[in-house]
Amino acid sequence: MLSMNDATETNAEIGQPLKAREHPEAAHPTPRKYVNIAIVLGLITAFEVGIYYIEALRDVLVALLIGCMVLKFVLVARWFMHLRFDSPGYARTFITGIALAATVYVVVLLTLGIV
Amino acid sequence: MATVATPHEEKRGFLARPGATYGFMSWFTTVDHKKIGILYGASALFFFFVGGFEALLIRAQLATPNGQVLDAGAYNQIFTMHGLTMIFLVVMPLGAAFTNYLVPLMIGARDVAFPRMNALSYWVFIFGGVFLYSSFLLGGAPNGGWFGYAPNSVAEPGLNMSYYAIGLLILGISSTVSAVNLAVTIINMRAPGMTLMRMPVFIWMTLVVQFLLIFAIPVITVALIELLFDRQYGTHFFDPGVGGDPILWQHLFWLFGHPEVYILILPAMGIVSEILPVFARKPLFGYAFIVFSGIAIGFMGWGVWVHHMFTAGLGPVTNSAFAITTMFIAVPTGVKIFNWLATLWKGQLKGGTPLYFSIGFVALFVIGGLSGVTHAVVPSDYQQQDTYYVVAHFHYVLFGGAVFGLFAGLFYWWPKVFGRMLSESLGKWQFWIMFVGMNLTFGPFHILGLQGMPRRIYTYPDGMGWDIWNLVSSVGALMVGLSAVLFAVNVLLTARKPRNAPADPWDARTLEWTTSSPPPEYNFEEIPQVHALDDFWHKKYTESPAGDLVPVVAGASDTAALKNGDAGEHEKGHGGGHGIHLPSPSYWPIVLAAGLPMMGYGVLYDWKLGVAGGVVLLVGAYGWILEPSVAEAEPAPALAAASTGSEADHG
Amino acid sequence: MDDAVALEGEHEEHTSTGLPTQKIAMWIFLSSECLLFGALITTYLLYRGRSTVGPYPNDVFDIPFTSVSSFILLGSSLTMVLALSALQHGDLRRFRIWTLTTALMGAAFIGGQVYEFTTFAKEGLHLDTNLFGSTFFTLTGFHGVHVTLGILMLLSLVGLTYSKKVTEQHTLSVELVGLYWHFVDVVWIIIFTLVYLIPDPSGGR
Repeated sequence: MLSMNDATETNAEIGQPLKAREHPEAAHPTPRKYVNIAIVLGLITAFEVGIYYIEALRDVLVALLIGCMVLKFVLVARWFMHLRFDSPGYARTFITGIALAATVYVVVLLTLGIV
Repeated sequence: MATVATPHEEKRGFLARPGATYGFMSWFTTVDHKKIGILYGASALFFFFVGGFEALLIRAQLATPNGQVLDAGAYNQIFTMHGLTMIFLVVMPLGAAFTNYLVPLMIGARDVAFPRMNALSYWVFIFGGVFLYSSFLLGGAPNGGWFGYAPNSVAEPGLNMSYYAIGLLILGISSTVSAVNLAVTIINMRAPGMTLMRMPVFIWMTLVVQFLLIFAIPVITVALIELLFDRQYGTHFFDPGVGGDPILWQHLFWLFGHPEVYILILPAMGIVSEILPVFARKPLFGYAFIVFSGIAIGFMGWGVWVHHMFTAGLGPVTNSAFAITTMFIAVPTGVKIFNWLATLWKGQLKGGTPLYFSIGFVALFVIGGLSGVTHAVVPSDYQQQDTYYVVAHFHYVLFGGAVFGLFAGLFYWWPKVFGRMLSESLGKWQFWIMFVGMNLTFGPFHILGLQGMPRRIYTYPDGMGWDIWNLVSSVGALMVGLSAVLFAVNVLLTARKPRNAPADPWDARTLEWTTSSPPPEYNFEEIPQVHALDDFWHKKYTESPAGDLVPVVAGASDTAALKNGDAGEHEKGHGGGHGIHLPSPSYWPIVLAAGLPMMGYGVLYDWKLGVAGGVVLLVGAYGWILEPSVAEAEPAPALAAASTGSEADHG
Repeated sequence: MDDAVALEGEHEEHTSTGLPTQKIAMWIFLSSECLLFGALITTYLLYRGRSTVGPYPNDVFDIPFTSVSSFILLGSSLTMVLALSALQHGDLRRFRIWTLTTALMGAAFIGGQVYEFTTFAKEGLHLDTNLFGSTFFTLTGFHGVHVTLGILMLLSLVGLTYSKKVTEQHTLSVELVGLYWHFVDVVWIIIFTLVYLIPDPSGGR
């Protein structure tokens, strides 16, 4: 299951040249790896919910929460959405949308007095 | 491939794909980008006359003070629909007509990436247009201006502005689907050898436009949803009474609205960039500069939207920042203008209606651009905002610019699409009357604006000093109307000519001219191998040491190979000459599309109708997914009696 | 090979980038969705703390409950990649199980949302009550519609394995639905933080 997949995959896939370029043999994550990522995501979420209740951390709560949010986003995007292993074009496309949205909407909020 | 004994209708039942690619009904099931382009073009030209008629009503009402043609309520509907029609039902779909027809031909492909989605875009568009216009019959058309400013648009009684919201939401779906389709087509389906920097400028501009659409439409989608919810469901997005902010509408609208104006103008700029080199018989000057300035406009277009809101009270810091970005965006446009002029300079100009409209485009767009630059100066804009000066600006860039550019394209590509050349003499008459008429109509608006005449008023009293220029403008509008009629006459007369236009009547530079006029359904016998920018031109001509054009001797180049169908270095077409597989027609796109206006009416009148629309949409979607990939081949007579016993599985 | 009739768009044919056309299309679409959800989130953030009447977020939010449904949605992303992985390894049966599990978890999330919405409504918060109601329900409602459409797509994928449109040779559609599903999950990651966890200035706690 772990090492056979790429051999059978490249023979069976009609899109063979595309697949070979897209999934270099060594880099395809195993299910074990995915589960690990999911566990990390769960832990981060538990952490987020946890610190929500800790009064002493109120001052840094927002910064911590945003940090966790970004971390989870990146983990899902790079691993589950496979951007870590795929052609950089996809990531660039996605980042363009994110960057454009973030920029214009932050400007909107700034002009209306909200940061 | 196994064939079955029994005719295809009994397999798959209602999921069987239609096979006919000719005949009246085939237009409803076509997935051929060329037919879809023609559908877009015909629809857009129809709406051009509708929107033009609305314009004439406006000008009739405003020709004299205290006009009696339209009362205030009617005027509001007419001017709103005039704007919505011209932007969403004329200029955008006319641009779509060109992009749909030309993109595969110019990049050496057989069709777009997703042919059924292409059909879907068209049907959603036309249903959206019909939905919008049905409002006239069902209580009243949108009447809050094309920009629908809150809180007025929320408070307007009646369903008018709800038709506005839903109509534009439907049209937005059409444009988004089309944009994704064309973007990936250009990115991924170019002929071998056609690198990005060998693409025609029209393709580049189209690519930029698709990304503008992809990113801008979601913003107005949210704005329209929020407007619709405020109107229908009592939300408070733009309700200042409970803490809402109408300025939010303006932000969301213009975040879409400014990229939208580049969406309107870039196709025309692309068209003109194709025509000028052909009529100057020399390459486009500064190809890379024109490409990069188009890309720059696409990016920078996202940084200027607040210049529509200088008088909204956002403060001097915001206003100054956007004034600066607005001034900067004039630079890439200026770069294009200079490159176009340099293309013409010292060219062996040959006359023709496409050239006239292209030069007219450049001249009139410069005028419109200059008034735009005056808007960028904030204190100046404080005087101009909401006056006819702004109306002058955008009509010069949209009519003098986009519409003239699109007409240039119509005259240029008409022979390719229909196999007949439009009449040159009628074309020239149309051009001059349109040019003079347009300046008479919109030129005076600069003066009226500076004299203080506000926009969007249904009448004005006498004694304001506005009478003479309004009258002049209305006369000009009649001339424009006449020129449009001349175009219609031209089209009708041309339809009666024999279909004998040559493949390359203008001695042009790009790949679509290598096909017959009109092209065969599969576009190219063999997918071309591209070696350079303006590859076709280089196959026809080389340059002598003195720099003169020298026709390439037949047989001494790939042209002969092209004509003889010699495979040579040409990549085998899909199917390699053994039979070109084209996507089969389908009726699911039109079925799916029909669900959308039903849902729209459902929101307005009866939720059960909305649910029914949703069901139609889902049926359309599943029919689409489940239908076979191709229409079953008609069994050959000799095999009709034989049964292979196995089903031809098309996956 | 190209005589074989394949799904529209999935033929092996020359591509300028060497990448599958549909995947490029899906990423472009997801990119556009950033602008959509961005606008809804911006609206929410703009009006945060500006409702003139209650109920306010602190009056109605049940963080433990929402945390659980967030975990479920996050977990469904895992089951999604496991489904894709199973199919790529040729295990059709596992693929169906994992995909159905993903759909089930999505449905559980939606169930949680519905419960949450009806509870809020009982506590006096509707779309038209105040800015919070308007912005909250619209934002999360749109997200919920996206999840629901995703569930439909997941179920359809399983159905398509029976008509052989989805097989171990044709995994692209699964990848595409997967990308959509993860995106929807990512949007929820953002919403959960910005809307639920970051404290709202209005009302008491």
